[in-house]
Amino acid sequence: MAATDKQPGRTRLIGGPGILLVWLYGVMVVGAVSRSAVQIATEFDKAPLAYSLSAVAGLVYGFITYSLVRGGETARKAALVCCAAELAGVLTVGTWTLADPSAFPDATVWSDYGMGYLFIPVLLPVTAMFWLRRSRTATQ
Amino acid sequence: MLDALTVATAVAALALAAWCGWAAYRDQPTKDWHFIGMAVVTVLTLVQLVVGIVQLARGEKAEQGTTIFVAYLIGSFACIPAAGFMSLAERTRWGSITVAAGGVVLAVLQVRLYDIWGG
Repeated sequence: MAATDKQPGRTRLIGGPGILLVWLYGVMVVGAVSRSAVQIATEFDKAPLAYSLSAVAGLVYGFITYSLVRGGETARKAALVCCAAELAGVLTVGTWTLADPSAFPDATVWSDYGMGYLFIPVLLPVTAMFWLRRSRTATQ
Repeated sequence: MLDALTVATAVAALALAAWCGWAAYRDQPTKDWHFIGMAVVTVLTLVQLVVGIVQLARGEKAEQGTTIFVAYLIGSFACIPAAGFMSLAERTRWGSITVAAGGVVLAVLQVRLYDIWGG
């Protein structure tokens, strides 16, 4: 592969199953960022907490996608940390929306553990963490 | 007109997903025929984009707002080409799975589009 020849020091993170992860993360970036952008621009006062959380989710997804595409050990670690943060976020916000629905007049990307997004938000970080851990063993 | 197109696109997207899923099951990358299939689905989304904008220009309104409607139309149009290019970069079964996932995503977008337009 020409791309790998140019960057001998970097682990390629988007080979095989990685490409599917990049695709799904890419979809989530577009989903979360565009959704929060529209909601913050048009009706921010209705549910400020929910919309801000969606925007944060979008940023986290964007960073993970970029790390996966870039490749390399630093990016791999950074992506791993972000996936853990993402998982923590999904679990916290998911539980929060179930425990105290009144704080969320409108849904976020992570409401009810991402049910509105086919539970992809909760499944994705788990899959990604497995993949990123395996990538390390592959390079050693 | 738009509703029929939305249903047709959703069905085509699911068929594409099943087809590429089958290729992945048989451990094959996407081939020329798959790309023709992707082109057909993409043409459907392009027609949908044009028809949607024409409907808006004629003064019809999307139930849940014009901005969201147009955003989903553009998202639908970009969905399959993006997955297709990624499968070109990944010439294994995982490329096929990516296109299959793209088909499922497009079908979901179509369901949302149907609601947003208010069919």
